[in-house]
Amino acid sequence: MAVGEVMRMEIPSGGDMSVTSPELHVLAVDDSIVDRKVIERLLRISACKVTTVESGARALQYLGLDGDKGASVTDYSMPGLTGYDLLKKIKESSVFREIPVVIMSSENILPRIEQCLREGAEDFLLKPVKLADVKRIKELIMRNEAEDCKTLSHSNKRKLAEYIDDAPSPSPSPSSSTHDDSSAKDFPSSKQMKSADEKFSSLL
Amino acid sequence: LMTAKSLASKETVNGRCWFYSDDDDGISVYLNRELHAMNTVVAQLQTQFQDYLVSLYQQGFLDNQFTELRKLQDEGTPDFVAEVVSLFFDDCSKLINSMSRSLERPENVDFKQVDSGVHQLKGSSSSVGARRVKNVCISFKECCDVQNREGCLRCLQQVDYEYKMLKTKLQDLFNLEKQIVQAGGAIPQHFPSYTILRPDIRPCLDA
Repeated sequence: MAVGEVMRMEIPSGGDMSVTSPELHVLAVDDSIVDRKVIERLLRISACKVTTVESGARALQYLGLDGDKGASVTDYSMPGLTGYDLLKKIKESSVFREIPVVIMSSENILPRIEQCLREGAEDFLLKPVKLADVKRIKELIMRNEAEDCKTLSHSNKRKLAEYIDDAPSPSPSPSSSTHDDSSAKDFPSSKQMKSADEKFSSLL
Repeated sequence: LMTAKSLASKETVNGRCWFYSDDDDGISVYLNRELHAMNTVVAQLQTQFQDYLVSLYQQGFLDNQFTELRKLQDEGTPDFVAEVVSLFFDDCSKLINSMSRSLERPENVDFKQVDSGVHQLKGSSSSVGARRVKNVCISFKECCDVQNREGCLRCLQQVDYEYKMLKTKLQDLFNLEKQIVQAGGAIPQHFPSYTILRPDIRPCLDA
């Protein structure tokens, strides 16, 4: 489920916002069938829902059709759209930029890693990927989501109620971030329901 | 002290074992002996399996990533490792064929295509822990980089040999697994730490 939906489930009337951890739905992108099989298993064992695709182009199609992806894990070196290209497209999209993206690569090239992190990648995994790696990034993603939710609960309870009512007009996004995470994430409280076509074309 | 009368006898009727005895002790002794025999068979197979697996690491066929793959297998997914390596071997065959075609004519070698193939092969061999195959890929890439067709052909032959050898070895390993399960035993889950077996191999990041 998308980041926004984590909050949507959790409002008991008058109660405080406890964030349970719903299953993270991950889109795994890799041109190698062997690696797709392995990453799928790693993610399933880590209690994630998984969809695997073989290219960046396919990944964008899937996001367009079913934007309920909580995160994406992508190989760097792929023919056509590289993992970096995919990362850029996701981060440049108003609809999908909050989706955490993790890059995987068999090559330990520091400038490449830095470039991906600068572009907004959540993390960078060196292949071959192990279970400990996947568990770590899942925890990282879930923790960031929980922090985003806590931020909102402290400063935006009322705005949250409006969001829950599915009001069509966008509400202003929270201006301050109470956690000391250095990356300034702009939390999109103004996620409107867009059609699949609109979502997809925003990525092109 | 067992009398002839109290010893149970065994009969196989319609594929099922039936134990007959005129007293309970006879049955339990017989069953215990049967179980012991079965356990012995299972124990022997398990030892055989464990020894074989360890030897594959010691001889450098497999590395730590294979251990990682085995960790992902459980009773719910008993064929996971076999499925992954099967995909890997298919991949090998396909890539070797296409690289072979690219290297065929000396006057017209598509080294870019070969390099791409080697890169993919190196990646997937690394992902399954196929150490020897991966190592050949390292040399293979070097030959590609300097556009050494002869060197590439040699590496191609070697990679073909190595993946087929590994395929045979793993087939034997999976057969042992099957035998253990058929004999009613469990697959040993002890994961040999390859750094203890081969201290000269350290997990290393690809340069």
